[in-house]
Amino acid sequence: MSRENRRNRPRPLEGLPKERTGIPGFDEITRGGLPAGRPTLVCGSAGAGKTLFAMEFLVRGATLFDKPGVFMSFEESNQELITNVASLGFDIDQLIADKKLVLDYIYIERSEIEETGEYDLEGLFLRLDHAISSIGATRIVLDTLEALFSALPNEAIIRAELRRLFRWLKERHVTAVITCERGQGTLTRYGLEEYVADCVILLDNRVQNQISTRRMRIVKYRGTSHGTNEYPFLIDDKGFSVVPITSLGLSHTAPTEHISSGIARLDTMLEDKGFYRGSSILVSGTAGTGKSTIGAHFVEAACKRGERALFFAFEESQSQIVRNMRSIGIDLDRFVKKGLLQFHNARPSTWGLEVHLALIHKAISEFSPSVVVIDPITNFLAIGDKFETKSMLTRLIDFLKSRQITAMFTSLTSAGGNIEDSEVEVSSLIDAWLLVKNIECNGERNRGLYILKARGIAHSNQVREFLLTERGIQLVDAYVGSEGVLMGSARSSQLAREKAADVDRKYAMERKQRELRRKQELYEAQLVALQGQYETERDALLKELEEERLRQRVVADQRLEIARLRRADNGAVQVEGNGARKSRKGTRR
Amino acid sequence: MKTTPSKKLRRPGNGQPAQTEESARWNLRLYVAGQTPRSLTAFKNLKEICEEYLKGQYHIEVVDLMENPTLARGDQILAIPTLVRKLPQPIRKIIGDLSNTERVLVGLDIQPRSN
Repeated sequence: MSRENRRNRPRPLEGLPKERTGIPGFDEITRGGLPAGRPTLVCGSAGAGKTLFAMEFLVRGATLFDKPGVFMSFEESNQELITNVASLGFDIDQLIADKKLVLDYIYIERSEIEETGEYDLEGLFLRLDHAISSIGATRIVLDTLEALFSALPNEAIIRAELRRLFRWLKERHVTAVITCERGQGTLTRYGLEEYVADCVILLDNRVQNQISTRRMRIVKYRGTSHGTNEYPFLIDDKGFSVVPITSLGLSHTAPTEHISSGIARLDTMLEDKGFYRGSSILVSGTAGTGKSTIGAHFVEAACKRGERALFFAFEESQSQIVRNMRSIGIDLDRFVKKGLLQFHNARPSTWGLEVHLALIHKAISEFSPSVVVIDPITNFLAIGDKFETKSMLTRLIDFLKSRQITAMFTSLTSAGGNIEDSEVEVSSLIDAWLLVKNIECNGERNRGLYILKARGIAHSNQVREFLLTERGIQLVDAYVGSEGVLMGSARSSQLAREKAADVDRKYAMERKQRELRRKQELYEAQLVALQGQYETERDALLKELEEERLRQRVVADQRLEIARLRRADNGAVQVEGNGARKSRKGTRR
Repeated sequence: MKTTPSKKLRRPGNGQPAQTEESARWNLRLYVAGQTPRSLTAFKNLKEICEEYLKGQYHIEVVDLMENPTLARGDQILAIPTLVRKLPQPIRKIIGDLSNTERVLVGLDIQPRSN
């Protein structure tokens, strides 16, 4: 069933062969390039980059795809063209010598020309034909055809001849780029779009708030699907490049690997692991709360792991960041020298939003970092409104995620504003959100850090106090106790008080122990004394007893003696002891 | 048929003592592309004007760009036919089949521009 459907589905790409331009990004948004063997109209106002686009189409065709080309210029002489593009690294002279490129400059001076009667533009056709066949060209540029309208008086003839020209180009199966000036309210000043109906590309250079942004749009591309958005493009020292950044959708894969934030205690707050790789982290806070420092820690940690990091700074220069971070013990310079860390510093107002996006895109594509810091994103609000900035950041985040780059954005919250209101409203796009804030009490400001959210990580809900020391950021537990949550000197004085109380208690215990020991000794001493007394008394008593016994024996002996002397009977004498007493009693009786 | 007009084109003066390229005061070059009716008309018109106004002082060279396309570059030829006045200086160009005699005379500076 599904296979059947697939077979029946129309395949538009098969019907229309395309010719790759080799211009970075352009072939992606056109899904393959320009229509092969057909003319394409490139229109735009003065300075939009039409000539450069056309020239790059030929140069890249000749150098990358071995497709020779003819550049027919109606505005600039050959030498001017060669000089203009030499700054982009295009060696036109060499290409001409290699028979890869023909430049033909058509110069028409209206004042020299008198028109008498009927004519046609066969001369142009012949020149073009000759140029094409001289090198077997398959790519043609006509820049700018509209010069004909100002050079020749009879517009009806020109129109008829242009129609013939485009037909002729199609018959010759050359892929042509025709540049045109943009007209008032129309794509081209002379309505050339009615002749070239296959593909129309609009180049635009818009100035908003004194900042210009180059944009490209495919107005029309018959017979094929194409990107319909306006795409920012750059013209830099490497030529033309289009940035095909649109929202890439939500199809990126989510890595399960964690990477460290660079701050040990912060990692502890994040399940002891840190952030997910490929996640987007927002650090927001008021001025001077250490957002950039958190970024620097993050970058340092990445570089220490041997990964590449890109730091986009929109407020400070590279040397300023390096110097400031060195003062808290983060040496970024050595990573710059190792080639692991790159800074891109620019004022936001230097370019428009889209150009910033394009430059970030380009820098990331060239350096392929695993970690990116953008400090701060709120500065973009200076050059675009909230909606534009959010749209730009959404595309940026999508792009970073698709590359599994872990990104940290800092966001400045204006004092007085709601601290949990990320100014650019990207919080919903963000995976982890750290909030740093100044907590003012008892006449001092202290930094507090907490994790507002961290998707997929069981994170701590605690506010940590955050100290900037010469060994970087230290996170300290805020004092939480009977006195509430305390920070800064209040925290330390409370801790000191508690320590003092602890010491007091310790002393009290020691005192009691000593007392106990003393009591014991006393008791033992008394015990010894009592024992001594007892023994003395016992001895005395025993001695008395002994003496008494002796005395009694003496008495008995005496009584016996007396009895013996009195010749008393035996019965009385035999009694001894009791008998003696009995006898004594008896005697008394 | 194909060569006849060509010969005719190349032999200006129609029996007059032909001026050489150097000696002629009026040195004219007519660019055509093949023997099209329009080219023939242009040559015929040019011939008539020269005979009438520049008799004995002109030289006409006809360049067929079909045969020699590289020559189109030198005089920056787009329109066909184009008449180029090489001499007297400065160079003037007249495009079209030269059917408007008055405009041709103005273009060649034979006759001052009328108000």
